[in-house]
This record gives sequence, structure tokens and C-alpha cells, in this order.
Amino acid sequence: MKKQSMFPLNHVLGFVLSIALTVGAVFIVYQTDFSASVKMNIIGTLAIFQALIQLIMFMHITEGKSGGINIINIAYAIFLAIVVVAGSIWVLTTGHAAM
Amino acid sequence: MKYDFFVTGDPIILMSQIGIGLTMIGLIALITYLKKWTYLWKEWFTTVDHKKIGIMYIIAGVLMFFRGGVDGLMMKAQTSRPGLELLNAQHYDEIFTTHGIVMILFMAMPMLIGIMNVLIPLQIGARDVAFPKLNALSFWSFFVAALLFNISFVIGGSPDAGWTSYFPLAGKEFSPDIGNNYYAIALQISGIGTLATGINFIVTILKMRAPGMKLLKMPMFTWTSLVTSVLIVAAFPILTIALLMMTLDRMFGAHFFTVAAGGDPMLWLNLFWLWGHPEVYIVVLPAFGMFSEVIATFSRKNLFGYVTMVVSIVAIAFLSMLVWVHHFYTMGNSAAVNSVFSITTMMIAIPTGVKIFNWLFTMRKGKIQFSNAMLWSLAFIPCFTIGGVTGVMLAMAAADYQYHNTMFLVAHFHYVLIPGVVFAVFAGLYYWWPKMFGFALNEKIGKWHFWLFVIGFNLTFMPMFFVGLDGMSRRMYTYSESTGWAPWLGFSAVGSLVMAAGFAALVYNLYWSFRYASRDVGSDPWDARTLEWATASPVQEYNFAVIPEVTELDQFWKDKKEGTNKIKKEDIKDIHMPSNSAVPIIMGVAFGIVGFFLVFEMFILSAIFSVGIIACLIANSFDYDDGYHIPAKKVLETERKWRGDL
Ligand code: HEM
Ligand SMILES: [Cu+2]
Repeated sequence: MKKQSMFPLNHVLGFVLSIALTVGAVFIVYQTDFSASVKMNIIGTLAIFQALIQLIMFMHITEGKSGGINIINIAYAIFLAIVVVAGSIWVLTTGHAAM
Repeated sequence: MKYDFFVTGDPIILMSQIGIGLTMIGLIALITYLKKWTYLWKEWFTTVDHKKIGIMYIIAGVLMFFRGGVDGLMMKAQTSRPGLELLNAQHYDEIFTTHGIVMILFMAMPMLIGIMNVLIPLQIGARDVAFPKLNALSFWSFFVAALLFNISFVIGGSPDAGWTSYFPLAGKEFSPDIGNNYYAIALQISGIGTLATGINFIVTILKMRAPGMKLLKMPMFTWTSLVTSVLIVAAFPILTIALLMMTLDRMFGAHFFTVAAGGDPMLWLNLFWLWGHPEVYIVVLPAFGMFSEVIATFSRKNLFGYVTMVVSIVAIAFLSMLVWVHHFYTMGNSAAVNSVFSITTMMIAIPTGVKIFNWLFTMRKGKIQFSNAMLWSLAFIPCFTIGGVTGVMLAMAAADYQYHNTMFLVAHFHYVLIPGVVFAVFAGLYYWWPKMFGFALNEKIGKWHFWLFVIGFNLTFMPMFFVGLDGMSRRMYTYSESTGWAPWLGFSAVGSLVMAAGFAALVYNLYWSFRYASRDVGSDPWDARTLEWATASPVQEYNFAVIPEVTELDQFWKDKKEGTNKIKKEDIKDIHMPSNSAVPIIMGVAFGIVGFFLVFEMFILSAIFSVGIIACLIANSFDYDDGYHIPAKKVLETERKWRGDL
């Protein structure tokens, strides 16, 4: 455990950052004239930062001693994300209706 | 939006409305007359005790089983003869929709989660689950969602697009009534509760095991519950998102699933089954665990191949995330997609087969005792195997073009779900009843229950394989004489009555045993093997006076044989317990009210009442009550009552 201070600086910082990233994404989609694919790339990048902030500032992956379980947990989560996202895209874009 | 607040114009529904009204008034009057309100509030509604929460889950599950069963009987009556008009097409649609949802989400899930609640802390030698209050919230959100869903048929109208609610049918364009809003909202609320349960049990099992209980020393039911919880956490968020998208489509004009504005109805199927297939394993895995416990106890042997059992459960869970497309081979996928998913689906049969052989080998050369719990387990094996083998037939994409959406499919999943879940719940209830209530269910009436139900089940569902192969599609509300299906379906309808008689025998058994069964069952009536039997029957509120130390798989069995199951007076200390809380039930009710207004698309009202949910969260954050202590003296007194001298 890190030392506990009264003011939850990390949490507030994380909170502000995640709101900023979300608002940023909305702004880029609605208020800019980038092409669709550029927009996608930008908000995709923002999403990755968002995930990192959540993991480090709120879910404390860098702390704690149950490292083994955390690793399995993250590996499984990544596996699931790939199955759900890549699997869905594969299934839905290769069918007869899409060709 | 179009709806009539009360469903009108049908005598059956009018009768149910009056019936429901009278029952409610009767219940309230009865409780008031018996002056039981404070008792109920203090001992049950606000409880955070995992055993009581488990019992409430089970009671709700039995009630829902009745409701779903009546739906089933009505469908069987309607198709018992060709050309009948007991129900019209619309009614039939509503009934098969609610039947499916009630049975899977409001019967199977609460029954299994209820039994998990009662048992998991006991099996791992803990005093409660990791987050007792969250556990109560899980229960109340499930219960409120079940009520919300069940009032749909008298207020506003039931959903009618099948338990799968495929788009475009389930969208606003083709289902403008509010029935499908009930689907989206009620499932959402109960799904939140289930997700919380999954998290709760993962933490409980990983963090709260008795000292010395390594992962590979956990009882099999605990293992299956752990893996089920992991699957819940993996799969339920997908349902949450899919339902949210459905809600946005239906209420706010979004187009996730409508072709019109670039959406895709197939995306719904895809997301639904990404959750739906794991869901069927979520309900069947804990059931496997229960059979394992029962078979080991009544064969007087330890479980054959414990490690292979664990490996196959994990393998099943892993594969079950990789097979969802087998539910829509006919959607027009590419050949590569269908082939890959055929193979993954068939692979699931391998670990499942391993488990079947493990059970058989556990019984081999055992001294089998034909108690009721064991009978259900014995009947499970052949019936479930029929379901599994027909599943492998369905798994072949090319062949599935023939079977898909026929009665053959309906027979398949009833042959896996009924033996796999319902038989298991019955086995579990007969087996663990003494732990929950301090008396056993009657074995003789239980035999009636068993034989009527098992025979009735086979009579009901076996004919469906044949009409299915003969081309009868599922969800047909009637058919003509010339199809030649009448004899099969008539037979099947009679079978459903036999099954209903079996259920009646169960209800009679509950009644009889409550009144007359001996209250002197002892703490270990079956001479069992796992730690839950080291507690009193019914279990003391603190579970274990002294937390047991574990060195073996069947620790309790070893202690009994070596006489080390005594506790020492000096080891008894004050026991810390969590306090009851009214927050979960109030929050549940708030969820229910918000849900109700959302169903009717009254957004302002639902926004106002969601303040209630937030208020509960805030109240909970400022709740500094960290429980109370049961003094060692009192613990000692309680222990003396059932252990004798200490
Ligand atoms: C050996 C294992 C199994 C295999 C290979 C298998 C295969 C399949 C396949 C291919 C389908 C889709 C058929 C179609 O729509 O045409 C299906 C449907 C279904 N299976 Fe299984 N299954 C297996 C075990 C189970 C188990 C254990 C359960 C539940 C406890 C289950 C519950 C269901 C349900 C509920 C459906 C139909 C849902 C619907 O369309 O409404 N299956 N199964
Ligand atoms: Cu499936």
C-alpha cells in the first residue's frame, strides 16, 4: 500500500482526466471536419488512454500482492475483448448479406 | 406509443387480474392478522445473511417455476389437438416468450444462485460471502425484476417476440406495444443483480477459504460455482449492452438493429448469443457440481478423477465463449465461419463426456444408496446424454439447416436444461434441505415426485424429436390434421400432465414435511463428506464457531473418521457479524419503480425516481455501521445445544 493522504489526489486526477478524454472524443466527432477514419483513429487512441487511466488510477493494477490472479484476469479480459469484438466483426462482415 | 394500461377483453386475463388482486389483499391481510410484518422486515427483508438470502432466492424460484410451468401446460393444451382455439396466435406468442424468460432467468438462475448462496460459505468454511449487503441487493434487484416482468400480462401486455427477441420483430416497427419494453427493462435490472452476484462469489471463493484449503482442495460444487461466476462476469456485460441498445432503439429512436438507418438486426442475434450460449453453461455448471457432491456422498466414495473434473469444467467454460454462432448457422454466414463454429461446438462434447465418465466411475464399485437426491442424479445421466448427443447433431452446420428452429431443437434444449438444471435443483433440495431447515423432506412422497416427474418429462419431450424431424417448426400455435403430428403431440400433452402431477407431489411433500417431518435429523444425516455438514441443522447464524483448518479434499469425512471433528471450548471467541440493512430492499424497490415508468416510457417520472437509487448509494457510502459481535458465551451456549457437552 502507498501511504494514505487525506485528499484522494489520484482519484480526482483520474476522474478529471477521464472526463476530459470523453469530452474530447465527443468534441472531435461533432465539432471537427476530419474524415471518418481519422476521427476513428483519434477516438480509438483516446479510448486506450482512458482504459489505462482506469486501470492505474482506479483499479490499482500496479499495487497489491495477488499479482498472479491479476495477470490471469487481464489476460482473460483481453482474450474476451478480442473474441467479442474481432469475432463479431468476422461473423457479421463475411456473410452472404454483406457480400 | 400504444398501450392500454390494463390488458382487457379476455376472460382468462380478467380472471387472473382479479385473482392476483385478491391474492395480494389476502396475503397482506394474513400477514397483518398474524402480526408478522416486523418479523418479516427484521428477519428476512433486511437480512444480509447468505443462508436467508439463499432461501428467499429458492422460494422465488419455486414460485416462478410454477408460473413458467403453467405457461408450458397452456402451450401443451393448445397443441394437444389439431386446429384448437384455446389460445389465439397472439396469446400463444406471449406465452412461449414469457415461458422461456421466466424459466431461464427467473427460475433456473435464482434456484442455482440460491443454492450457491446457502452453500458456498459453508463449503469453504467462511462466515458469510465477501459483500453481504451487495448480496442482498442482488437478490432484491432480481426479485423486483421478476415481479416487474410478471405483471406484464395484466398491466400493459406481455412481450411476444420470443425469449430471444430477435430484431427486426422485436423492434418498434413490428412490436409497437410496450410488451417488449418489459423484456428490455426487467432483464436489465435482474442482470445487474446477477453481475453483482458473480463478482461477489468470485471474491468470496478466492479470498475467504478456510486456512489450508488450496484451490485444488475445494469441494466440486465450489469449483463449479467459481467457474460459473467467472462466466457470469464474462457474459452478462454483453447482455447489459445489448439490452441497452435495444432500449435505445425502442424508446429513443436509435438504429442499432434496424436496417433503415444503417443498423443491422443480425448484430442483435450476434450479441444475444454471445451472452446466451455462455448463459446455458452458467446454469448447467453449478448443477454439475451438485450432482458431483450427491453422487460421491451416496456412493460412499470420493469423487473419481477430481483434477480431470476441474480441468473439464474450466475447458467447458473456455469453449463456451467460442461457440455462439451455432445458434444462427442459417443466418447466411460464410462457410469458414460456420465450419469453425461447428468444430468448437463439437469440442464442448469432449469435456462434457469426461464428466459423465467421472460420475460413472465414482459409482463403480461404490455402495450406492438410493436416496431421493441420488435418484435424481441417476436419472440425470441418461437423460442429459440424450440432450448432449442431439446437441452434437445440431452442431454440424450443414445438418443444422434441417434441424434449426424445429421441434427437434426444442427437444434438445429441454433434454439438457431439465435434467441439467431442474433435476439438479431437486437433487440439491433433497440433499441440502436438512441443512437449510432442520428437517428432511419425506422420502416416500419424494419417490412419487421423482417417478412422475421423470416419466412425465420423457413422455413430454421425446415425441418432440420425432415431430421435429417430421418438419414441425417451433413456436407454431396450431397445425392441421393432415400433418400427421396429432398423435405425437397428444401424447406429449398427456406427458406434460404427468410432469405437472410430479410437481404437485413436490408441493405436497414440502407441505407434509413442514408439518410432520421429524425435527431431529442431526447435523450430518447423509454421512456426507464436505464442510457444510460440520455445522448444525439448521445452520447457526455464524456458521462456524471455530473456523476449520483444512488439509484434505473431503476434510469433514477425514475428521469424522479420525475423530478430529470436535472443537475446543477455548477456541471460541467473540464473532463479528454484519448488521442488517434496509438499503438493498429500498434500492431494489426504487429500481422497480424506475423500471416500471421506463417500460411505459414516462421518462420524467422515471428520472425523478432514479434519485431514489442515487440516494441509496449515497446513504450506503455514509453508513459507518461495521457490524456487531456475538459474545463467546452465547456462541458456546448455541454450540452446546447441538453438540452436547463441550
Ligand atoms: C454437448 C453439448 C451441446 C452441444 C453440442 C449443443 C449444441 C447446440 C446447438 C448447435 C444449438 C442450436 C441449434 C439450432 O438452433 O438449430 C443448440 C441450442 C440450444 N442449446 Fe445446446 N448444445 C449442447 C449442450 C447444451 C446445454 C448443456 C444446454 C443448457 C444447459 C443447452 C441449451 C441449449 C438451448 C437453450 C438452445 C436453444 C436456444 C433457442 O434457440 O431458443 N445446450 N445447442
Ligand atoms: Cu449454444
